[in-house]
Amino acid sequence: MAVSSATPASLYNPQFMDHVNNPDYNYQMEDPTHVHEGINPSCGDDLVFSVRIGDDGRIEEAAYQGHGCAISQASADMMSDLVTDRTPQEALELCDLFMRMVKGEVTDEDELERLEDAALLRDIAHMPARVKCAELAWRTLSEMLSKDGEA
Amino acid sequence: MALTDEQLLSITESPFKQDFPLLANNPGLTFLDSAATAQRPAVVLDAERRFYETMNANPLRGLYGLSVEATAAIEDARARIARFIGALDDAGKPEASSIVFTRNASESLNLAARTLPQVVGLGPGDEVVISIMEHHSNLIPWQQVCRATGANLVYLRPNDDCVITPEEIEAKVGPHAKIVSVTHVSNVLGVENPIAQIAARAHEMGALMVVDGAQSVPHLPVDVRALGCDLLAFSAHKLGGPMGIGVLWGRKELLDAMPPFLTGGEMIDSVSETDAVWAPVPAKFEAGTQDAAGSYATDAAIAYLERFGMEALEQRERLLATYLTDQLRALPYVQVIGPADGSRHVGAVAFNVEGIHPHDVASILDMSKVCIRAGHHCAQPLLTWMGLQSTCRASVAFYNDKADIDRLVEGLGTVWGIFHGSL
Repeated sequence: MAVSSATPASLYNPQFMDHVNNPDYNYQMEDPTHVHEGINPSCGDDLVFSVRIGDDGRIEEAAYQGHGCAISQASADMMSDLVTDRTPQEALELCDLFMRMVKGEVTDEDELERLEDAALLRDIAHMPARVKCAELAWRTLSEMLSKDGEA
Repeated sequence: MALTDEQLLSITESPFKQDFPLLANNPGLTFLDSAATAQRPAVVLDAERRFYETMNANPLRGLYGLSVEATAAIEDARARIARFIGALDDAGKPEASSIVFTRNASESLNLAARTLPQVVGLGPGDEVVISIMEHHSNLIPWQQVCRATGANLVYLRPNDDCVITPEEIEAKVGPHAKIVSVTHVSNVLGVENPIAQIAARAHEMGALMVVDGAQSVPHLPVDVRALGCDLLAFSAHKLGGPMGIGVLWGRKELLDAMPPFLTGGEMIDSVSETDAVWAPVPAKFEAGTQDAAGSYATDAAIAYLERFGMEALEQRERLLATYLTDQLRALPYVQVIGPADGSRHVGAVAFNVEGIHPHDVASILDMSKVCIRAGHHCAQPLLTWMGLQSTCRASVAFYNDKADIDRLVEGLGTVWGIFHGSL
């Protein structure tokens, strides 16, 4: 029988739970330049992600609102922290890296380090049912920046 | 309702687990998702293999001994299934020809939904009555039929105590009802619905009565005559049989009147360039080569249940469900959805852990090898109506024991601890 190598301690660890219980980026942002909603209809995860892109073309501020499971919420918080001060192009590259990580396509630790705290979610690759939860924020941001959504 | 010491003792161990290879080989595994699919006893796996090793030939078609043997094996399976659900003819013999094999209960219900409208002449202004607690399999087919025919879809709704009351039945099953299709046991609330009363009212109004038995046939002694229904659908895989076998039982005259669902090989008497004559039931509904080994293994699954008797298994499962409900209700952070009286839960007990998404609960439990279901359980309209997005669901079968439930409760303690910093 295939048994996941993940344990409660490896995924739902204190660092991860801190993003769940004390998120830094879960709020309504003032004057965003981009807003985009992402949903996982089957889980009821619902996320509205906002960014403000500054005059220098970088993401000045990122924030999210919504509700869902711990994985979707923590993932959004980690992502918001990661993409702040990046260019949209850099953010898109990180989104792509994250999505490849949770699908198990990237396991190289050096490469995953670029994801900072979000690399904590690497075990999702062993939990196929939860990939959608982990991806929600990244998919939402990626859609937003790719289509250059309106504010 | 607390169990007596004697009752508790009777579920402390499971004499059945040794019969189920997956459970016997994984003593650390806690399987509490039998409402999704049951585990299979070795006798079923052996039967599946035995079919291919000793009688593999295409049933119905061959004029040689092996094929005749395969055909006989399937007819024996039909007879056993018929007896198991009380489908007896006037002479008290099992009515094998009233048993149609499909792929699963969903297909059985789709067969009903695609063919009954023609039988009853369903049209605008007519009503199809289902309940709000239907699995999507007994909901979407009727929803689509209503959209196509202009008939109205009417929902029976339970009261706060999860009961579809006589008043509700009288109000919703009215003179415009042509088809009534209701689940015997809810896969979320776990409650048994008053099918006999609903069927009586349906017939009084001139409507046909279809029953989704996916969650009842594996857990209760079911007698189609006592239920008074016209069609009954269920799946083999929820009662320990193989995946890919469903059953549709029907009243013989009704099955005769229903048009075919799928057409092709095996289901005809004769074919010309412009027309075809259908074979008698059940062959009329079984186009193409069937899963004969699966039917044969389903026979073995029911024979295994009959060894103990459904009454005895039901009694054990009620004790397990009662213990499960009581233990969940004893946790201050757990809310049981459905009746507080655990003995009213047929197998399934849905619950939520305060403030924690069911998917997180299930993932953390999985890490302790406790298997439960989390989500909308293919009953989104019910959850929406109840103001819920998703729930956890633990479900028991007779092979579970007290230790399985204790491990669930311990796992829920871990879940709560992780989210509240005490771990």
